[in-house]
This record gives sequence, structure tokens and C-alpha cells, in this order.
Amino acid sequence: MAVKVYGKPQAVCPQRVMHCLVEKGVPFEFVLVDIDAMEHKRPEYMEKHPFGQVPFIADGDFELFESRAIVRYFASKYADRGPNLLGRTAEERAKVEQWLDVEAITYSPCAFSIVFNLFLLPIRGLPGNKGEAVASMEKLDKILEVYEKQLARTKYLAGDEFTLADLTHIPVTRYLVEHCGLAYLLDDKPHAKAWWEDVSSRPAWKKLMSFVASGASFYAP
Amino acid sequence: MVVKVYGKAQAVCPQRVMHCLMEKGVPFELVHVDIDTMEHKRPEFLQKQPFGQVPYIVDGDLELFESRAIVRYLAAKYADRGPNLLGRTPEERAKVEQWLDVEAINYNPWAFPIVFNLLVLPIRGLPANEAEAGAAVDKLNKVLEVYEKQLSKTKYLAGDEFTLADLTHIPATRYIVENCGLSHLLDDKKHVKAWWEDITARPAWKKLSSFVETGGSNYSP
Repeated sequence: MAVKVYGKPQAVCPQRVMHCLVEKGVPFEFVLVDIDAMEHKRPEYMEKHPFGQVPFIADGDFELFESRAIVRYFASKYADRGPNLLGRTAEERAKVEQWLDVEAITYSPCAFSIVFNLFLLPIRGLPGNKGEAVASMEKLDKILEVYEKQLARTKYLAGDEFTLADLTHIPVTRYLVEHCGLAYLLDDKPHAKAWWEDVSSRPAWKKLMSFVASGASFYAP
Repeated sequence: MVVKVYGKAQAVCPQRVMHCLMEKGVPFELVHVDIDTMEHKRPEFLQKQPFGQVPYIVDGDLELFESRAIVRYLAAKYADRGPNLLGRTPEERAKVEQWLDVEAINYNPWAFPIVFNLLVLPIRGLPANEAEAGAAVDKLNKVLEVYEKQLSKTKYLAGDEFTLADLTHIPATRYIVENCGLSHLLDDKKHVKAWWEDITARPAWKKLSSFVETGGSNYSP
């Protein structure tokens, strides 16, 4: 039975999970959850995801939520295929975990505040909070300065191979760069810029973008 | 060479790491970082932890930051001793990761402003943002309702054994319950309350609390 991913294909967190599955060549079925109609806050949905968020996955009988827990699970389960996404030693794995947590706790809350106010609210015809967005942009610039220092030393965040630590950044960063006009934040950071161009040209990421654009429900490698 | 933990003993994130080391019976040295004089924002410290936060650790040649990455590393490195903190199968590990991420992303963002406004600022003689604290208390209460449901199904968050997913909650929750006058948040949630009493009665946690109170800097099991 194929993996099922429940969510909205345009949403950042489901995209993280789908990208990981595409990197690993694992087929899946995408099951649409109608966020706009608040399906994710209804009791039937909250039986599966008690915090009313997307995505959750079903892998046979096994159900899991939190996109970064899900990608760690798949990266381990399919360690034998596709790129190594978790490091090759205990120390490398620790660096992957370090940057995964930086993304979760420091990068994404800031990035999300920008995407929410400059993109999500406007497309729903609602006013975004410009002040909050600008404050978040200043914070994000400072965070990216730290990333620039790291990426001047290593090709990817956790070392010299692409790992989950890079992967989890991609969906929200794409929104920042392509829909919120923030490409300029990378212009004075040549290593961060090169990293972004590299990770966003990965074949698996491009495949995912086509999949999302096509509105398909079934992915097979 | 003994593991070195850099941080302030009373701070939540260093306590997570020290508690894990004590559960595993691993000796360490706590190297005090003087947060009150902003030592963690000075260039020498930022060389080690570029976001200017505590803790970071040094284990031989490995330097690592992000307390939850550190405890994952230590729990894996010392899997052969002390309690099993990471689950026994890939599915159990995935549940540990799920609740670790819930703590980082859904729990801590409310726990932190409560502790900051109701404990940290008053200690420094600075005015607290009561509205921010009040809003965070309401949010945390809703999160704890989800925990109540989970803990009526499993003894601990990720299953029937104590894991990292429970451990990472303890330091901030202790401040909330003991120093912010909010023990009532647990009173109407009998499974959460039982879980809290169980995990705070763990010998390693009690050892850590004494260590902090006595101003310890070197721990040997």
C-alpha cells in the first residue's frame, strides 16, 4: 500500500514531505485536505492530527505528523536508496539535527511571518501586517548572515552533502524568493545565494513542483 | 576528556542537556556563560554558537548547539547505557521525533513567554508584558488538552516508555508550575498531572535540580 500524504499541495509542510519522498524515489498518494474550508480544524481530521495542522502521513498502519519527524522517518527507512540525507557518522547526523532545529525554531517562524503577511493574507483579500513583515525581514536578513558564514565553510548546511537540513528550508524559501520579492536578501550573500540556486535546481525538487502544478494525486518515480 | 556544556545552570535549554547526560550517567563539566552580562552575544561566544544562544557542547572534537540536537546525539551515542530514550523500532523513534517537534514548535513558543514574563523579567526588576503572558497561558492550556488526550492512551508522550520527547518538556514546565503560579493548568488534566508527577520524580531530574541549586560545575555519576 502506498504512502498517503494528507494536506494541501501548495502548503509548505506537505511539500517538505513530498520532496523527501521524491528524492528517495518512493511512490505516494496525495490526499487533499481543504484548508480553505477549514477541514483541518474539523473533529474527524483532528482525530488524526490533534493540533489541526498539515500534513500527516499514513504508511500502512503507521500514522505520523510533524513534517520534520516524517522526513527523518523516511530518510531512515529508505537509507539504502537515493541520496544519503542523514549524514554518514554520528557526528554528521548531529550536525544535520542541529541545522534541522535551526530551521524549525529560528528560520521558519521568521520566514512564515513574512509569507503569511505578504502573500497568504493578500491572496485571500485580507490586509497583511506590513510592520510585522518588515520586522521579520530584518530578522531574516540577520539569520541569513549566519547562514552565509556557515556556507562559506561547507557546501551545504550540515557539511559537504545535501541533507534533510537543507531540504526542510526549500518550500518556504521558495515562497520568500518567488512570491514575496525577497531574492535581494541573497544578493549580498554569495554562498547563501549559490546554495539556494543549487538546492532549488535539484531534479527531485523540480519534479515536485511539476507534480504540484499538475494537480495530480499519485506520484510514481 | 569530559563533555563540556556551555551555558547558565538555571537556563532551560542547558538543563535539558544536563538532564540527558545524568539519565545516561555521563560525566560532564558545566562551563558558566554569564548571560546577565550578555557574554553570549560577544564575538568570542558567537564563534561557537552563531545565534548567540545557550547551550553548546564540546565532546572531543565535536562542537554542537541546539539543545534538542544535542540530546538526540547523546541519546544515540550512549544508547547502550541508562534508559532507552529514542524508542526501540523505527516507528517508535518516529513517534519520539513527532513529540520532540511538537515540544519545539507547538509547546515551547507558549511556555517561553510565560516563563520570560512571569519569572525572568520580574527577577531582573523589569516590567512584564502581562497580556502576552495571558495569551500564552490560554494557548498552552489548549496544547495541554491535546496532551491529556494522548496521555490517556499512552503512559508517556511517544509510547509506554520515558523518552527524549518527555525529557525536553521538563525544564520549562517546572518553571511554569513551580515559579509562575500555574500548577492549576495541570489540575483539571489528570493524565497530564500524573505524567508530570512521574517524570519530575525521576532520580536523574532530582539530581539535576540539586546540582543546579548547589552551583555545581562538575558532574560524575
